[in-house]
Amino acid sequence: MNVLECEGLVKAFDDLVAVDGVGFHIAEGETYGLLGPNGAGKTTSISMIAGILESDAGTVTVAGTEITTRTTEGKAKIGYVPQDIAIYPDLSARENLRFFGKLYGLPKQSLDSRIDEVLEVIGLSDRGDDRTEEYSGGMKRRLNIGIGLLHEPTLLILDEPTVGVDPQSRNAILESVEQLGRRGTALLYTTHYMEEAERLCDRVAIIDGGKIRAEGTRRELVELVGQRDTVNLGVVGSAQRLVDALGAVEEIESITSTEGSVEILVEGASSLLPRILDIAQQAGVGISGVEVVEPNLESVFLHLTGKALRD
Amino acid sequence: MRAALVIAAKDLSQRIRDRSAILLGLVAPLGLALIFSAIIPSGTESFDVKVGLLDDDGGPITAPFVDEVLPAVTADGIMAVTDYGDLPALESDVEAGSQNAGYVFPAGFSDDILTAQGGTVRLLGNVDSSISTQIAQAVLESYLSEVDAIGIAVGSALLSGATDVDDITAKAAATPAAVTLADTEAANRELDITTFFSAGMAVFFLFFTVQFGVSSLLEERFYGTLPRLLGAPINRWAIIGGKALTSFVLGIVSMIVLAVGTTVLIGAEWGNPVGVLILMIAGVMSALGIMAVVAVISKTPEQAANWQAIVAVALGLLGGTFFPLSQGPRLLALFSKLTPHAWFLQGLGDLSAGDGLEVVITPTLAMLAFFVVTIALAVVFGRKRVLAP
Repeated sequence: MNVLECEGLVKAFDDLVAVDGVGFHIAEGETYGLLGPNGAGKTTSISMIAGILESDAGTVTVAGTEITTRTTEGKAKIGYVPQDIAIYPDLSARENLRFFGKLYGLPKQSLDSRIDEVLEVIGLSDRGDDRTEEYSGGMKRRLNIGIGLLHEPTLLILDEPTVGVDPQSRNAILESVEQLGRRGTALLYTTHYMEEAERLCDRVAIIDGGKIRAEGTRRELVELVGQRDTVNLGVVGSAQRLVDALGAVEEIESITSTEGSVEILVEGASSLLPRILDIAQQAGVGISGVEVVEPNLESVFLHLTGKALRD
Repeated sequence: MRAALVIAAKDLSQRIRDRSAILLGLVAPLGLALIFSAIIPSGTESFDVKVGLLDDDGGPITAPFVDEVLPAVTADGIMAVTDYGDLPALESDVEAGSQNAGYVFPAGFSDDILTAQGGTVRLLGNVDSSISTQIAQAVLESYLSEVDAIGIAVGSALLSGATDVDDITAKAAATPAAVTLADTEAANRELDITTFFSAGMAVFFLFFTVQFGVSSLLEERFYGTLPRLLGAPINRWAIIGGKALTSFVLGIVSMIVLAVGTTVLIGAEWGNPVGVLILMIAGVMSALGIMAVVAVISKTPEQAANWQAIVAVALGLLGGTFFPLSQGPRLLALFSKLTPHAWFLQGLGDLSAGDGLEVVITPTLAMLAFFVVTIALAVVFGRKRVLAP
């Protein structure tokens, strides 16, 4: 069963069409990424999905309940983590959580214990009673996510949760998201960081100019655009001898050599690599180093849109 | 409703915590009321105008003024009248300031009036006692307007051939009582100075107090929490309702605490508690509406705070919270009705005169009209903007 189904979402601001026919679905326990540069339409799309922004057209259903700006029932199934830190600086983490817990209608008797659980998950148990204005940026980010988790949503929407975060906090946030995915929470994750999408997401939609350009697993997306793996070999001895020896391997699309190294373009490098090394040994060429570069979403995005993700 | 209460409870705890609401809602108005009431003598003593009287006429036209009007305003504590026998002494005392003003009725004044020739009364004023002089002038003008009416009647009678001077004189003599009665009632409807400044400061700072609630919507946007509220499973109007409730509670609590505080500390007399509470509720609602309009047309909390301060001060001044409008130009008193402040103070003034609760109906309706109109404007201006993520 799909946790989220959205179809034909459209939103225009005056003459600017920010989202133009966006539609996708997320299955139970799936982590789905919306990958695109700033201004691609990611935040506008998820604002409509979360029932925050009125759409001009299209439908959103979460766990079978239609979502609009006026519905309340379906919104309780959604956890929303906005891109900007959305907490009250003059309240403590515990007070922030209690306020939003009450808004989401969590029972009074279980609210405190649930707050303790969330503080534990986001690693703020020992600072829960401090005002959040005293927190570091990373701690605020974690609380920002914690508020979205509080009511144990069926679908958790995270809008670029690592923007402006130091590497250590970023890693902690990504680990938290991975944990949530493992627990079976359906996640909708927007980012313009290719590495995050590759690390976290089961499926990814490439979005640009308000439209989804492509969608699928990382492998599907890579295959979609015909990208190949690159194997870089450090060579001790004659590189040309290795090039000649590998010439008979059909799976190799192209091979080039420079002094001390050989670059091979191939489909499915991981399965072919043992054979390549075997051939090198038979040819009497020593291998000093191996690097496999798989095609990434950055190159997919470039191929689909003609521009880099960070443009 | 539950969500609105949750939001209001959160907002109120924030306001209490940052102390700004306490400062502007309680400390500042109470402090200023204490200071003003200490600087300006309480009761009607502040308008105890010292007036010298030189009556060289002693005729039937001046007699009612001298024998009835002046004793009446003296008895009300508005004036202290001293008789003089010659003009130089009166002029000297007025110039020296021992008398704030002086009335001079020249010999033959009544005869001139009764023969339709027109008489002249001199009013002497000390240059440093402009308000006292204006009060003395107001009392005299009220009387003379009646004399003018009589003069016209007398003139008409003479032109028609009437010669019965006694009848005409009796008619003139019978009139001034109405002047005395009208002035006395007007004086009674003014709040005493202590109550005036207590109520004036309370309603002045009320506009600063209620802004905390309505402007917090802009703060939600500033802190990024508005999208989170919009994404919560609550009716969107609950967000607006919560903010309005915050404003209302802050406003009404500050007003009640100020009323009780000034009554206990400086002896302010607010009047019938039920009537006062009705006026307070209407006053808070009008302030809420006006500040809501300012909030919805502002883009940032800072911009809203600046504009709200300007509006609060302007309306407070125009509404007569810093000085009794009865001491100012009539036009100002008229324009003051464009503010809830003036209606609030008028309602309190009428209550303090000991009238029944019905006297608060008109001021209350006027303030509620402000609320209805301004809330409608806020909805029109802010419908699309306020709850946009």
